[in-house]
Amino acid sequence: MTQQPLTLEQLEPLELQAPVVAPRRPSPAPTATPPLRMTDFSASYAGRPAVAGVTLDIPAQSVTAFIGPSGCGKSTLLRSINRLHETIPQATTAGRIELHGEDVYGPGVDPVVVRQRVGMVFQRANPFPAMSIRDNVLAGAKLRRQRLSKTAAAELAESALRAANLWDEVKDRLRQPGAGLSGGQQQRLCIARAIAAQPEIILMDEPCSALDPISTLAIEELMATLRRDYTVVIVTHNMQQAARISDQTAFFSASALRQPGRLIEYDDTTTVFSHPGEQATADYIAGRFG
Amino acid sequence: MTALAAAPLAIRAPLARERLSRRRRWTEKVAAASLGVACLAALLPLGSLIWTVLSRGLARLDTTFFTQSLRGVVGAGGGALHAIVGTALITVLTALIAVPVGLLTAVYLVEYGRGWFPRAVTFLVDVMTGLPSIVAGLFAYAVFSLILGPGARSGLAGAVALSLLMTPVVVKAGEEMLRLVPTDLREAALGLGAPTYRVVLKVVLPTARSGLISAVMLGLARIVGETAPLLLVAGFTDSMNYDPLHNRMATLPVYIYSQWQNKGTDAAAYDARAWTAALVLIVFVLAIHLLARLAGRLLAPKTR
Ligand SMILES: Nc1ncnc2c1ncn2[C@@H]1O[C@H](COP(=O)(O)OP(=O)(O)O)[C@@H](O)[C@H]1O
Ligand SMILES: [Mg+2]
Repeated sequence: MTQQPLTLEQLEPLELQAPVVAPRRPSPAPTATPPLRMTDFSASYAGRPAVAGVTLDIPAQSVTAFIGPSGCGKSTLLRSINRLHETIPQATTAGRIELHGEDVYGPGVDPVVVRQRVGMVFQRANPFPAMSIRDNVLAGAKLRRQRLSKTAAAELAESALRAANLWDEVKDRLRQPGAGLSGGQQQRLCIARAIAAQPEIILMDEPCSALDPISTLAIEELMATLRRDYTVVIVTHNMQQAARISDQTAFFSASALRQPGRLIEYDDTTTVFSHPGEQATADYIAGRFG
Repeated sequence: MTALAAAPLAIRAPLARERLSRRRRWTEKVAAASLGVACLAALLPLGSLIWTVLSRGLARLDTTFFTQSLRGVVGAGGGALHAIVGTALITVLTALIAVPVGLLTAVYLVEYGRGWFPRAVTFLVDVMTGLPSIVAGLFAYAVFSLILGPGARSGLAGAVALSLLMTPVVVKAGEEMLRLVPTDLREAALGLGAPTYRVVLKVVLPTARSGLISAVMLGLARIVGETAPLLLVAGFTDSMNYDPLHNRMATLPVYIYSQWQNKGTDAAAYDARAWTAALVLIVFVLAIHLLARLAGRLLAPKTR
């Protein structure tokens, strides 16, 4: 009784629905509210702040890189945007993060809804081992109980895999488990999974740090196309990568060990890399610390 | 140039090593031998047990044994169909109670529990793991006596007693299996905008599937051989009883006990039945373990 991985059709009743492949974006914004705005934001673990006093605006359809030495709270900040931070016991936040002007931490805001609008790609590729490649891509719909017709599901899977530059490599083995792919392919599968969930913003926490140079290149190329449709925030340890792929760069650093990380400098990537306004930024970029 | 320095290293080294390695080899041999003896000591009783059960049990391993009860049988002949059916029914009933309760508790403890309550539950489960089976039997006896009148015996009462023994095993083993599911996967699912219960249903449980089945099988293996509580609350009978709600219901362990304990005039016939029942019970337990292995292999998340 070798069992195939569960497929969407087996689980969800069929219902026709037009495939929604384009990213969900609110109708033209009446004001110039950025898709993402942080105001004096801090996040703590068990009372100890990991990152504090962050204020910045992230413009739409662009790639913003978070750089800075290890432990200055970049991951914590990123995980606060989609409210994943609070799933850790005793983790708390203060200040505001606004998604198109709406406070993510406002009263009555459901973190589940926030996470549906803000997708995330993690440092370590984490495809669901009990699902096929196809079901991994469609996991967002499945996990939210969204109903997709067979054709809509197929189209969504294909377009997301194409957007993640993975379609040609896996189109003949969509029913096979996602865990059988190479590390780079798995990470692109996770990107496809995030895209298929149709977020407005995609957060990436060092998505290339565990990958070989060729897979890294594939993902960097992908960034250039993602920027057209999504607002991307990426944490990276690789200065060249930040310089190559990002429009804005935010540099974080902690003044001393066990001190919370702070936003030191935030500007266009070209400015940050050619004329950094702070000595710390210049030193970090030049590889003098971190 | 001294004589020592003149000797090429390649010649000198093996000599020096020879003495050292001889000692090492001996240490090695002694260690391996004592480990082997320990293994033998552990396996010897088991081997002897299997041999005895096989040699004495095969005599009555005939069709009659599997097609007849003991109703009206005095002396030789008769079978254990009623006890086999009883064991199967009570095992299934026990699983019906213990598996949902055990697995749901495990899911609660791993996925939802925060604060003092889950810690209290864990403590109670640990205590229940060490519960003497006779106490479980007495508890079921008391409960059913209170509800149905004193001395009420039934297969269901037996199942209730056994489920008290099986549930903590399922909780403990299930908890362990759920904790093996990487946090990464839960975060990935949460990050896609899934409510916690969907994360559990669609990601955690399928990923832990094979491990959870092993947990259930471990629990079953714990209870299929139980005798004392069944003796107390399910009782013994010579006749078929397909109704777990009423009257005494025979089971294999109690069958073995009663055949051995209440030998009639033809003692050898009773002994032979007891041994065959023991053989059938051992095969039953073995089958459960093999099924667990098989299910684990077939249901494990595949990588290729
Ligand atoms: N789960 C956690 N529990 C407690 N402290 C944590 C946890 N995760 C991170 N931290 C602490 O928060 C600080 C920032 O960590 P992190 O956000 O991972 O930094 P970065 O991603 O910039 O390397 C570090 O000092 C780290 O020790
Ligand atoms: Mg990090």
